[in-house]
Formats: sequence, structure tokens, C-alpha cells
Amino acid sequence: MNINTTKIISLLFFVFSAFYLYLAYQIQVFTFDENAPFNARTFPIYLGYAGLFFSGLKLILPDPNTIKVEHKNLEYKKTGILILIAIIYGATILKVGYFLTTSLFLFASYYFLGERRWILMFLLSFPFVAAFMYLLHGILDIYLRDPFLQSIGVMG
Amino acid sequence: MIEGILIGLTTALTLQNILMVMVGCFFGTIIGMLPGLGPMTAIALMIPITYGFEPATGLILMAGVYYGAVFGGSTSSILLNAPGVPGTVATSFDGYPMAQQGKAGKALAIAAWSSFAGGTLSAIYLLFMAPSLSKVSLSFRSPDYFALMILGLTAIAAFSSKGQFLKAMMMVVLGLMLASVGQDSLSDITRYTFNNMNLTDGISFVLVVMATFAMSEALTIILKRNDPTSAAKQVSLTELGSIKINKEERTKMYKTIPRSSVIGFLIGVLPGAGATIASFLAYGMERNVVSDQEKEKFGKGSVNGLSAPETANNAACSGSFVPMLTLGIPGSGTTAVMLGALLGFGVQPGPRLYMTNPEIFWSIIMSMYIGMVILLILNLPLIPYIARILAVPKNYLIPLILFFSVTGIYVMSFNNFDIYLMIGIAVVATFLRLYDFPMPPLILAFVLGGLMEENLRRSLLLSNGSWEFLWDRTLTACILATTILIVVWHIYKTFKRKN
Repeated sequence: MNINTTKIISLLFFVFSAFYLYLAYQIQVFTFDENAPFNARTFPIYLGYAGLFFSGLKLILPDPNTIKVEHKNLEYKKTGILILIAIIYGATILKVGYFLTTSLFLFASYYFLGERRWILMFLLSFPFVAAFMYLLHGILDIYLRDPFLQSIGVMG
Repeated sequence: MIEGILIGLTTALTLQNILMVMVGCFFGTIIGMLPGLGPMTAIALMIPITYGFEPATGLILMAGVYYGAVFGGSTSSILLNAPGVPGTVATSFDGYPMAQQGKAGKALAIAAWSSFAGGTLSAIYLLFMAPSLSKVSLSFRSPDYFALMILGLTAIAAFSSKGQFLKAMMMVVLGLMLASVGQDSLSDITRYTFNNMNLTDGISFVLVVMATFAMSEALTIILKRNDPTSAAKQVSLTELGSIKINKEERTKMYKTIPRSSVIGFLIGVLPGAGATIASFLAYGMERNVVSDQEKEKFGKGSVNGLSAPETANNAACSGSFVPMLTLGIPGSGTTAVMLGALLGFGVQPGPRLYMTNPEIFWSIIMSMYIGMVILLILNLPLIPYIARILAVPKNYLIPLILFFSVTGIYVMSFNNFDIYLMIGIAVVATFLRLYDFPMPPLILAFVLGGLMEENLRRSLLLSNGSWEFLWDRTLTACILATTILIVVWHIYKTFKRKN
């Protein structure tokens, strides 16, 4: 059997399905439901077996359409930084507020992706977010939580 | 029906809804022109904006985005041989050679008129077919629904997997597994929550769509060093030439459009098939029915060769609304996203939608037609200008997609956990995309997961735990037989290709 990344993903999915199936059997159901034709664990059990079946087949059967990914050509660094910025954005958005964190997230993302046109970067972050906030909050009446703008009295 | 059409027209022709169709078509065209970013991403990005609207308005906006994206995909197919969406691949076979002959404007006009005619005819088919199908589908029982969902999931896996059926089926199972997280709908027992309160209500549909489409597509573009906007830059520089269609070309189109629209619509109605298959089938059929002299022109800029797939892909878009509106079962990934959005509005699509929310049902059908008119009048002449807007560097485009994704989740839950979960799912989806694991089957399975469990529960309880319900009713047995046929056909095709 030729080992390639698709097979490794299938193996991981097989293990994941086995774990899912194990957890399915651990789902606590009501005593009166224990022997019912269908209870809260029935569907997950079928899904667990289906996952084992399809990933098992993928593992066993030959794979003529092997996908080869040239890892050297992939931009891991920028992607990683972008994910990190998104995580920081997610961590601060509630405490700091939508306007400031979103604007800073956009500004930082443009910068790390290699942009250096400062005026455009600024226009497409702070004023852009303000306009978008106005659209959501002011026109469409969608509530946006923003402690920062509330603290400086811009938002009610 | 006349009353329904009038209700639909009254709703669709309000100033707000006309504006929504225009915005949707415009935005959809922009996204559709970017290779890699299809209608599902475009619609997903629109979800946060629709929160503030009435359900009919929200859905009209999303439908406009859908047609716009398909039209935008045709534009990049014709001008650059770089289809923005899979449904427009067949368009490039004759559209691109025509553009290379200096007839880009004409090719775009033929595509636009064919799309318009295909969309119009299919809206008429939908007008007559949907109410009758709604009535028929009232006789559907749980086993039939369960079988229909199995059919839909198998079909989307078979048709969207490019020969990787098992990978697609793994994605189906993963989608169903994600849908099983949270409280069981009947007993309220929590499953797979790991005592995390944030998971008690399950994983949000918007979160999964944003993560697997918008966010993971943005990450894939960066990871693979693609530049989708480079295509748009070229479009803005292309000389379009005249957009006039002469009498001879019109005569050819008159014959092609009706037959391609029927194929497109019928294929669109089938669960899982959609615009891509419809356009290829229509192209193939057209080549078989035209004269030998015309056949020679196929692949070299044939009017019939361009008109057929364009008519069919738009007709299929309308057709794919049929199972969603009448059965509550989406036929494609795109309509699955719309179904999820409808459920978010508290509207349950299905046979009773026709009676309980006629304004939604009919206004969608009516707005389809308005959408076609807008695409023809506004978008065709505006293509070079739209392309200029699109020529924004990817350094701006990608953060903006991420921003829309996070905003969508933030306004929905005000919860850090959901943002982390979205990033986590997006990272996994990006990795899976690298190895050609398709995402539409995952989304469809995620949307159908709850309904599928519900119908299986009812079927098993009614049959006292026996699986005989699968062949007790003729309808259920027929649907399952179709599923088996699809699987057998797919296996046969794979073996044939290998040999």
C-alpha cells in the first residue's frame, strides 16, 4: 500500500470516527429510552460506523489520483501570521470592542501581507469599519457591542 | 396561483427588494468573476447583512448574489478562459475562442441573453411546477424524506467529487457528525459538548459556512500564493468590441435556448446535480443535434456552443430552488446555504411554505425574473467597470474576506469561543482542500443532519425499530433505487476511466 498524505488523512479520519463512535456509546440516555428503537445515541452510532467504513475503504483501496502538494511553494509564514492575527482579533473583540479591534486587525493584515500604501491602508481600515458599523448598527439596526466606543460616548 | 404571483410581485417589486436584487447581482458578479471564490462564498459573506432584513428580503438578496455570481463566472470564462465558478467551465469552450477572435463583447452579449432567456424560461417552469410539487410533496412521509436526503447526499458526493467519491462521502459523514453536536432535539440530552456550555446549542450553521468557504478560501489563496484579482485586472484591460448580435446568430440562439433550458431546469431539480452538470450536458446535447457544418465550429467560437451551457447553467440555478422550496431539501451546496439562512430567519421551507409563507415563496420566484432583467440591463454594460473595481490587490481582498467572516459570527453570538472554533474549522478545511476534499458535501450534510436524524427517528419508531421502512413504500424504494443507481454508475464510470 502506497502511503501518501491522503492516506494519512484517511487514517486520521478513521481514528476520529472510532473516537466519535466510542463517545456515541457513552452518551447518557434516559433509562426508559435505553431499549427504544431510537434514542439520542442511535444516529451518532450509525455515523461513527459510516465514518469507519468510508475512511477504511479509502485506506485500503488503491488511490490512482494521488494529489501531490509541493510544500516548498506554499506560503506557510504569511498564512500562519494571518491566522495568529485572527486569533488575537477574536480574543480582544469582546473586551476592546468592534471598531478598534476590527480596524487594527485589517490594518495589521494589510501590513503583514506586504502592503505599504499607508493612506490606502488607513482608509480601508478605520473609516471603512466606521462606515460598515454605521450600515449594520445605524441603518440595519443590528446590535454591535463596543465597550470602547461606549466609554468615549460615541455609542449609546 | 394568480393570487400568489400577485403577492410575489407586490413583495418583490418594493423599492427595498428591487434594491436588494440590484445589490445582490452586482456583488455576486464581482465575487463570481474571481476564480476560486464562488457563489457559496458570496452568499455566506452576505449572511450578516441579511440579519436586519425580513426573510423574503434576505432571500431575495441571496438569490440575486447567486445569479450574479454565475454571470460573473461566465465573464471570466469568456474573457480569460478562467471560469470563476465550475458551472461556467463549459462556457469557456466556445466563449474564449470567440473573445480571442476579437468578439468578446458579442460573446458576453450572447452569454447574457442566453442566461436571461434560460433564467426566464426556468422561472416560468418553476412557476408552474413548484406549487404542484408542493402539493405532491405533502404526501411524502418520514421514510421518503429520509431516503431523499440519502439520495441528495450521495448525489452531491458523486457529482462534486471529480472522481474522488470516497473523499466526498467522508466529508458527508464529517458534516453529519458536526451537526450532531449539541442537544438532541427530542430528549434534550447533550452530545459531544465536552461540558462546554458554548456547544450546548450545537455548532452554528453560519459558523461552518464561513469557516469552510469564506475563511478557508481566503487562507487557501494566501497559502497557494494565488492571485484571483489578477484575472480581473486583465478583464479591465480587455477590449470588448461590439455587443450587437446579428440575425443569423439570433436564429441559432432561438433553437438552442428552449432545449437547453429544459435540460438545465430538470438537472437543477435533481438533488446534488446542479449547474456544472447541466451546462456540460447541454453543451454535449447541442453538439449532437446541430448540423455537421455547425458541429465543426464547436470549440472554435460556436454561437450554439456558447449559448447552450449559458442557458442551462442559469436554468439549473432556478431549478435547484425547487427541492429547497417544495421539500425543504436543498439540491446543491448553494441552496443549502440559503436553506440554513432561511432556518435562521425562523422559516421552515417545505411543502407548507407555499401555504404558510406565500410571500416568501412567490417573491423568490418573481425576484428571479427581476434579477435576470437587472443582470442584462445593468451588468452587461458595466462589466469593464466592475472589473476595474475588482482589480484591488489580494492584500486588501483577503483581510476583507476574513473581516466579513469574523463579523458574521460576532454579530450572531458575541462570543470568543465561536470565533476560535471558526478559525479552527477553517484551518482544517484549508488543509483538506489542499488534498481535494470537497466542501459542498460537508455543508449539505451539516444542513440536513438534524432533519435526517428526525426523519430516521420517526421512521424507526413507526416501524418498531425495523429497517423495512426503506422498502415498504414504493416511493421510498424508488428513491433508494435511484441512490443505488447513482453509486453503481459512479463506480462504473471510475472503472471505465481507469481502463
